[in-house]
Amino acid sequence: MAAANHYLALAALLFTIGLVGVVVKRNILVVFMCVELMLNAANLTFLAFARHQGSMNGQAIAFFVIAVAAAEAAVGLAIVIAVFRTRGTLWMDEVSSLKN
Amino acid sequence: MADRAELFVFWLFAIPLVASALGVVVARNPVNAAMSLVAAFFFLAGIYVLLVAHLVAFLQVLVYAGAIMVVFLFVIMLLSLHEEDLKPARLKAIQWAAVFGGFGVLAVLATAIRDSGVLHWTTVAPDYGTVRAVGRLLFTQYLLPFEATSLLLLVAIVGAVVVAKERI
Repeated sequence: MAAANHYLALAALLFTIGLVGVVVKRNILVVFMCVELMLNAANLTFLAFARHQGSMNGQAIAFFVIAVAAAEAAVGLAIVIAVFRTRGTLWMDEVSSLKN
Repeated sequence: MADRAELFVFWLFAIPLVASALGVVVARNPVNAAMSLVAAFFFLAGIYVLLVAHLVAFLQVLVYAGAIMVVFLFVIMLLSLHEEDLKPARLKAIQWAAVFGGFGVLAVLATAIRDSGVLHWTTVAPDYGTVRAVGRLLFTQYLLPFEATSLLLLVAIVGAVVVAKERI
């Protein structure tokens, strides 16, 4: 039978895949993509609960999440370009000047 | 009968969705990862339609699979990929620990979902999730956040130009 649980489980799985990607991948662009995956998992949870409650507030929140993700992608990719210009690498382990 | 049909369509979208999401993590080449992510967004839009969220499904395809992923691909093409960037990453011990932590998160979430019982759908109005209904909600109850979003996007555009430009 169809219920919100399927969708919530799918969102949990997507979120975990994104989380593992963020901690394992070392290419900064792929890490960004995994963050997008996690944002989408959150969106899916919002929509599943909106359908469960029968209210559209969750859909409005999902709209705002998409807008914020667009802004995040624009600024984040600009930072990636700036880092690549000064360091010549996309490899996250080599960008550690704040650590030392 | 309708329940079984919905479940069938759900699995029809969910299985390729999980596969393409795994493809993002597994792919060695960032271009392949980006294409997997585009596929994942399309399947996710199908799931959104199943959740009667038509406007969000449209936006998913237009904004995510369209605009954001085009920007991603532009940046991947712009930054020349060296061979050593494609080398298989050797995982450090702390990263293995992080992977187990990720599975721990999944276990916690799965337990929470199982313990919450069966969350049934409620019957919704015929105009639930349509552009008209969600648009009306956005322009009445969520008017201030909506306008704040436009400001946020403006700040993001200006910030992106300032950060990425060599000399202003």
